[in-house]
Amino acid sequence: MGSSYEVAIPAADSSAAGTGGAVVLEMIDIDKQFPGVKALDHVRLVLKKGSVHSLMGENGAGKSTLMKCLFGVYREDAGEICIEGRPVRFDNPRQALDNGVAMVHQELNQVLRRSVMENVWLGRFPQKAGLISHKKMYEETKKIFDELGIQVDPNTVIGKLSVSQRQMVEIAKTVSYNARILVLDEPTSSLTNEEVGHLFRIINKLRDRGVGIIYISHKMEEILRISDEVTIMRDGQWVATRNADGLTNDEIIKLMVGRDLKHQFPENTNMPGEVLLEVKNLTGKYAPTCTDVSFSLRRGEILGVAGLVGSRRTEMMETIFGVAHRDSGEIFLAGKKVENKGSEKAIKNGFALLTEERRATGIFPLQGVMFNTVLANLRAYIKRGLLSDKKMRSDTARMIENMSVKTPSQKTHIRYLSGGNQQKVIIGRWLLTEPEVLLLDEPTRGIDVGAKFEIYQLIIQLAGRGKGIIMVSSEMPELIGICDRILVMSNGRVAGILDLRENRYENVQEEIMRLAAKYV
Amino acid sequence: MENTKSVNTKKIGDFLLNYSLYILLGLMILIVISINPKFLSISNFMKILTQASTRGILALGAAGMIVLAGTDLSAGRILGCCAALTASLVQSVTYASRMYPGITSDLPVFVPLLASIVIAVAFCMLNGFGVSKLHLHAFIVSLGTQLIAFGCTCIYIDSQKGGAQALSSFNQTFLNVVNGGFQFGSFTLPYLIVYFLISAMFMWVVWNKTPLGKNMFAIGGNTEAAAVSGVNITKNIMGIYIMAGVLYGIAAFLEAGRIQSVNTGTGLNYDLDAISGCVIGGVSFSGGVGTVPGIVIGVVILQTINFSLSFLSVNPYLQYIIKGLIIILAVSIDVRKYLSKK
Repeated sequence: MGSSYEVAIPAADSSAAGTGGAVVLEMIDIDKQFPGVKALDHVRLVLKKGSVHSLMGENGAGKSTLMKCLFGVYREDAGEICIEGRPVRFDNPRQALDNGVAMVHQELNQVLRRSVMENVWLGRFPQKAGLISHKKMYEETKKIFDELGIQVDPNTVIGKLSVSQRQMVEIAKTVSYNARILVLDEPTSSLTNEEVGHLFRIINKLRDRGVGIIYISHKMEEILRISDEVTIMRDGQWVATRNADGLTNDEIIKLMVGRDLKHQFPENTNMPGEVLLEVKNLTGKYAPTCTDVSFSLRRGEILGVAGLVGSRRTEMMETIFGVAHRDSGEIFLAGKKVENKGSEKAIKNGFALLTEERRATGIFPLQGVMFNTVLANLRAYIKRGLLSDKKMRSDTARMIENMSVKTPSQKTHIRYLSGGNQQKVIIGRWLLTEPEVLLLDEPTRGIDVGAKFEIYQLIIQLAGRGKGIIMVSSEMPELIGICDRILVMSNGRVAGILDLRENRYENVQEEIMRLAAKYV
Repeated sequence: MENTKSVNTKKIGDFLLNYSLYILLGLMILIVISINPKFLSISNFMKILTQASTRGILALGAAGMIVLAGTDLSAGRILGCCAALTASLVQSVTYASRMYPGITSDLPVFVPLLASIVIAVAFCMLNGFGVSKLHLHAFIVSLGTQLIAFGCTCIYIDSQKGGAQALSSFNQTFLNVVNGGFQFGSFTLPYLIVYFLISAMFMWVVWNKTPLGKNMFAIGGNTEAAAVSGVNITKNIMGIYIMAGVLYGIAAFLEAGRIQSVNTGTGLNYDLDAISGCVIGGVSFSGGVGTVPGIVIGVVILQTINFSLSFLSVNPYLQYIIKGLIIILAVSIDVRKYLSKK
């Protein structure tokens, strides 16, 4: 691109409107083999100009691998990639970007301490007489923002923006590169409903301008709302490409998993027993935190925790577990008062905490499956002062078997497993400590449909064995699907507790929404 | 056919990558031999290993800090300080200007060894406290400790009646313990090499067979996850630093005997050699990665470079440049293992 920083937003092209437009990207019969796995097997994707094409499939179905082939991160073993009829092969994402193929990642790569406009023009700052022209940079950025309806001052430090705003900046950046093909990877995973609406307005604007958009997401409602076409992948293979009109949730699920999911949730027939855990007036020490939280949990019970983003559900879990400081309040386990001062103590007391951010606070990416499995339970493997490899291996083997973890070996670095398998390993890590109370924070986040179902089954089984389970989730259907009761948090307080055993489906969602807004 | 061929080249590539350290070491030796065939002798290899021994023990200690995603700039100066202490306690009782004229018969060797270890552990605990409790970066704390240790060494050496002079003239028992060896006919296996190997085996056990070792990799690899998983971060970091202190103390004790004269300059830049040895040996500066055999090989490679450059009488200034280039080369090959593959 050199010094050409002129913005040329693709003009709206009426002939490209709808699904009858010209083809902008063709990926034909793409094959990709990894050691021991056929990651892509004759996959095809045809993207039309001015359309939104959703790419769906469980984690591990090959969506990211396909995209990595497009952007030159991987080199496909066979197949052809054509852009506007011309075969292309990029060496790296940067080259793809220079050729109008852009991607907005789920995790945004931005220089957080620098301004919005510097992030947009990074690597090709507008210059005047050899020096960077901030005025020009500001104007160019503002122009794009105005056209897309983004209300952000280009001079703001980007770290001060919300995730949603930062994402919009990233999309604006692709426009500044004159992108004709835009890939959005799970763009709505951390957005509120309102923000999703705003994002969709921007996507629609880009579509009207003739940009071909590949939209990767797990959220079916959104996909049906925004897409023109949907391509479904399974186990590295192309399964189907359909018009979004007339497609239903059930149909998509069926194509994705290759079988009918009769019930999206396994049935919870457990009968909760005596009271196991009592939390009384729990208040955290350092804001933002939970305030005056009280509830009780029975053996064999699954207590869901619902609430809006920022309702301090994670903070409550961390305060119970003792990794966040407690200011006041008491915790009783089986009638006995417990002091969870730090995770070591909490584990000894029979608590386990599955954290929300698997990658940041769950896995040890550069270590093998065994290391990741046994870490919280090392004390149990000491034999004559040293760790017994034999015991660690046999426990790991049992965990892999019980949780049906798919891994080539115990030594495989956990970073090579899919999200669902990583999550199973971490749940397995906690089960080895033989906890009474399991605190599960977003246990199914970023996991595909099939693995989710397995995790639900596991949670219900654990409850069936007399454990108490507290499960935070932002997906209301899953809370309603498997929990015995749902505690709704609002602004750090308990807004109410719903009992689902009498009424599982009627108006529950509405009631949760009402309670979640109670103290906001 | 083409497919199998590419699979084969890939396999060969992986093999080269996995054993790059050994290949590098072999290649270096081959090159030196081809320039001067006399290089190939048991005595030369023993010399290399003997020279590598004390720095190797130092590196085994510093490696823990690097696995914890930190570093240690103070190792060399701590070694200097403890070597001075050792030296002052092992001076021959017949030597008139010895530091402690009050000592009239040789102290048992474990006394200076213990003293050396205690002081080294104290310095390392200062580092560990700064990292685990004050939440400072290891670079900063150890930079401070380095100066403190150097100051202590200078004050100590300067406190001799005769003023600041090198501490030398050690008693024979001590020299035997350090510089002696097992005799097998005409072949001598120096104790120093044995000490190095024992230290390496001990550290291998600590790293692989104890909770402290596993926890070290956990903290270095993902501190947050370790904290949630019941790993006591402070306690384990302190444990690793204390372990390093023990090794530094042993290394200082041995180094005093090996060089047989300790002054304020002793230990200068040993930390950088230790760190270079670790990184050549595949210990990652981003933490959570490293193996004991790797460190041993890394230290030996570094010493082989040192030795063979002098052996070939390369211009000493040029030696620095060559050493620098080899370090960069070795690490850049090793890093490939962790880069995501295409």
